[in-house]
Amino acid sequence: MRRTRIARAAAVTAVLTAITATGCGGGSTSGGSNDNPDELTYWASNQGTSIEHDEEVLRPQLERFTEETGIEVNLEVVPWDSLLDRILTATTSGDGPDVLNIGNTWSASLQATGALLPFDEETFEAIGGSDRFVPSALAATGAEGQDPTAVPLYSLAYGLYYNKQLFAEAGIEEPPATWEELVEVGERLTDGDTYGLAVEGASIPENVHHAFVFGQQHGADFFDAEGNPTFDTPEAVAAIKQYIDFLAADGIVAPGNAEYAQNQSVSDFATGKAAMLLWQAAGTSLENQGMSPEDYGVAPVPFQAEPPAGGQAINSMVAGINIAVFDNTDNRDGALDFVEFMTSDETQRALNAEYGSIPPVATAQESEEFATEELTVLRETLAQSAAPMPQVPEESQFETLVGTAMAQLFADAAGGQEITEDAVRERLTAAQQQMQG
Amino acid sequence: MTALTTTDLTPPRAVDDGAAGGGPTPGRRRFRLRLPDRLRQGGLPYLLLLPALLFELLIHLVPMVVGVVMSFKELTQFYLRDWTQAPWTALSNYEVAVDFDAPIGAALLDSFAVTCLFTVVAVSLSWLLGTTAAILMQETFRGRGLLRALFLTPYALPIYAAVITWAFILQRDNGMLNHVIHDQLGLTSDPTFWLIGDNSFVSLVLVAVWRNWPFAFLILMAAMQNIPQEQYEAAQLDGAGVWQQIRRITLPSVRPVNQVLVLVLFLWTFNDFNVPYLLFGRAAPESANLISLHIYQSSFGTWNFGFGSAMSVLLLLFLLLVTAGYLLFTSRGRKGEHV
Amino acid sequence: MSETLAAKRPHRSPTAPPRSFVWTRRIVLTLLSLFAATPIYVMLSSSLKPLEDVTGKFRWIPSELTIRPYIDIWDTIPLAKYFWNSVIVAGAATVLSVTVAIFAAYAVSRYNFRGKRVFTISVLSTQMFPGILFLLPLFLIFANIGDATGIPLSGSRGGLILTYLTFSLPFSIWMLVGYFDSIPRGLDEAARVDGCGPLGALFRVVVPAAVPGIVAVSVYAFMTAWGEVLFASVMTNSETRTLAVGLQGYSTQTEVYWNQVMAASLVVSVPVVAGFLLLQRFLVTGLTAGSVK
Repeated sequence: MRRTRIARAAAVTAVLTAITATGCGGGSTSGGSNDNPDELTYWASNQGTSIEHDEEVLRPQLERFTEETGIEVNLEVVPWDSLLDRILTATTSGDGPDVLNIGNTWSASLQATGALLPFDEETFEAIGGSDRFVPSALAATGAEGQDPTAVPLYSLAYGLYYNKQLFAEAGIEEPPATWEELVEVGERLTDGDTYGLAVEGASIPENVHHAFVFGQQHGADFFDAEGNPTFDTPEAVAAIKQYIDFLAADGIVAPGNAEYAQNQSVSDFATGKAAMLLWQAAGTSLENQGMSPEDYGVAPVPFQAEPPAGGQAINSMVAGINIAVFDNTDNRDGALDFVEFMTSDETQRALNAEYGSIPPVATAQESEEFATEELTVLRETLAQSAAPMPQVPEESQFETLVGTAMAQLFADAAGGQEITEDAVRERLTAAQQQMQG
Repeated sequence: MTALTTTDLTPPRAVDDGAAGGGPTPGRRRFRLRLPDRLRQGGLPYLLLLPALLFELLIHLVPMVVGVVMSFKELTQFYLRDWTQAPWTALSNYEVAVDFDAPIGAALLDSFAVTCLFTVVAVSLSWLLGTTAAILMQETFRGRGLLRALFLTPYALPIYAAVITWAFILQRDNGMLNHVIHDQLGLTSDPTFWLIGDNSFVSLVLVAVWRNWPFAFLILMAAMQNIPQEQYEAAQLDGAGVWQQIRRITLPSVRPVNQVLVLVLFLWTFNDFNVPYLLFGRAAPESANLISLHIYQSSFGTWNFGFGSAMSVLLLLFLLLVTAGYLLFTSRGRKGEHV
Repeated sequence: MSETLAAKRPHRSPTAPPRSFVWTRRIVLTLLSLFAATPIYVMLSSSLKPLEDVTGKFRWIPSELTIRPYIDIWDTIPLAKYFWNSVIVAGAATVLSVTVAIFAAYAVSRYNFRGKRVFTISVLSTQMFPGILFLLPLFLIFANIGDATGIPLSGSRGGLILTYLTFSLPFSIWMLVGYFDSIPRGLDEAARVDGCGPLGALFRVVVPAAVPGIVAVSVYAFMTAWGEVLFASVMTNSETRTLAVGLQGYSTQTEVYWNQVMAASLVVSVPVVAGFLLLQRFLVTGLTAGSVK
């Protein structure tokens, strides 16, 4: 084809623009600056019942911060659907907020990008020291042996929620302490349209959180000491099969749960369609749907009746939200002041009480708002039997791949296929192989 | 909504430039605000094109070049922050993508196959329904205007509003579809899953056809209005019935329009991201895992943007090839015909 | 325009069609109507239901009719703000896109110049780019332009407007070229004789004669911008979020307010559907013009 002036001009412009684009990708100076000390941009995650609710809850706190420091905070509550995409594009382009919330399971993955400010000893001093935080929460802030790139903000743990009335009607006095008991009472509770347990079968994060707990109890770690994926070990297969079997073999979960991904399982529990639910701090959600705290009980998540060799006494992941500072912030001191403010006793008490979560700051936990039956169980779990999800850079991929594999297994099971060990292994092997891309 | 009735993909042949006077002159290197007449006449077309060209460069071409560059890099979480510093990997992203024996390549191939099948089924059905409706509504009858408005509405709805409604309809326990099939008609013993498992392919086709057939209908309706009335009258004099008129006049007359219509439907359907994303969320069931969503998930879900870009480039090459082949094939088929 | 009258011309046989044809038509069109209308009915009826009706088993008739969802939608999420953002973004993208397309189409239709083929082919081929290929690069480029010039593009309405106007540009240009070609060149020349420059001829003669085509292109550009999801989800923030992303807000942490989702879907659909249906006469004329020989 004849080259024309237009085409040539186009090519030149394209190259020039591409060069401009490459010239300044990402921030390269480390540790940020203080060029813009009067302003902060803060991306909050959606903790409340809606984005609006979050804005209402956070605004008074932010105003207090502005009063104390004179720094204006531009708040944006980012929906979970787009939070990780937004963080990834911000990381790549360097065009992000100063301070942000991250799901604590992403900590190590985001740490590996180098986009977040590391909290070395000095930085920790600037926000009042690391010993203010509960150790288990602090364990979910990054890979071991490296400076964390986030600090805990809200803590959560899984509990077993059970419907007191349905339990009484079935003559069950105690919530199950082992999975075997859970299946047994589940069968007794399953009757017509009521089922023993509700699960969020198509939700990637829910699935993978349960995979982790069952994995721990079976002695499966999903990553070896070198950080290589080990998704399809016999232990992992047994663990995931046990969870899928609630629907596939035990029949205590309604088949329809296989397509749940919008918290329908919480609704089912609140409306009495399911008698049990494994959830993190469901209290506010349940209240929102008209289930009052007297109607349900909360017990620790069950263990194995006979723990397999290598099994751990773990019954929850360390769930929660961390707060981090973008490395290329132009208000480093202000950002750290803000982190200190958000993790101060007063703010912690106010926010965690509102969201129904537990303060990861030890002194803030002592407040009476956190002494309810629900939060006591979750707090004890967090202190005694919770472990952080694998703190490796590939954690995000692990969530996506294993969570998806489990959603597919649920779909297979609900579609009437038999879920054998081989079927589980096949899915997990495929997931693991996708890691080597 | 697009223009499809020109008979060729490239805009109609250049017209002799009498009005501008003096024919084409190449653009000049420098422009001043007030141009001498001589320059104006040569430079004006370029000046008129300049805004379009700039926007296309900024939004389409330069990002595409950057995307192609990324496809040769190892762009994982370790290098995301400064992608220019990410190590070059030569062709390794591409090698992984086309290694169909390994799981990643196999997954891509699966997704590609699903997309091909989906495209063929959805485009054929959309075209068929659109053609049928356009033919049946060629003549005026009572209520035609209302019916036309109803048929066009699915296409006019914003895509997210339409697909969200379908997601509501396709729920297993509380959805309308199962209410009809299972509760009211009793056709199935258990309620069917439409949003997970193998049936999700059916759901995907259903939604895509529901949304796209009105477009085919609109275009063909427009095209059929241009068929000269005399042709039908002549056919009637020859004793041809309605069905014969459709076969002998209507269908051949809209062939050139069909050529472009099918191509556009193909490109839209093949690249469709919105329908599966809004229907199933980011991780679609395998049977409905269209390639755009697969690439999205490979980029943003597993944080490997180099690999995601490589797959996008392969997809683009495939589409270019198919389009070029299609145009070549259809234009040869039409040679010698009266257009 | 005289073309609009052509749309009413009766077609095919002036005599009554045979019964077999009439019956086929009745049956097929009834089925198609059901197919097209059912989801619309579900949307409408569910938007008038109380929440219990949409969280339980589906019912054709609401247990009670309520307009509550239409009131609540404005409080559950800042729908008005999202609506306004969508109006600005889609409106500006449409005006700009159509203006740019008019200039470009005029050049292609009325002038012969080197590079014309390259231009048209490359512009059209952008239509087949998978959006996912340039989502991240485009974000990078916007961020870099923002750093270099101080013009905030990423996260702003401006960036989204630029993006959307370009999305609709290729087809708009192509369609207008077809339309302009159908306008007799004699008209331009007459205007030139009257002392108009080429741009004068464009605006005094060609544009007025091409109104149906321009309307059709505008509708296309508006719909493209009003409905785009992928780029909007990454390139907007809470201040600039458009309806396409904002509507997801009805699926909250606790439950999905399906009745409000349906009410909001209906509310955001009304402007585009009404516009589309009102202007469909222009659309048909605009679309046909290209093939008039």
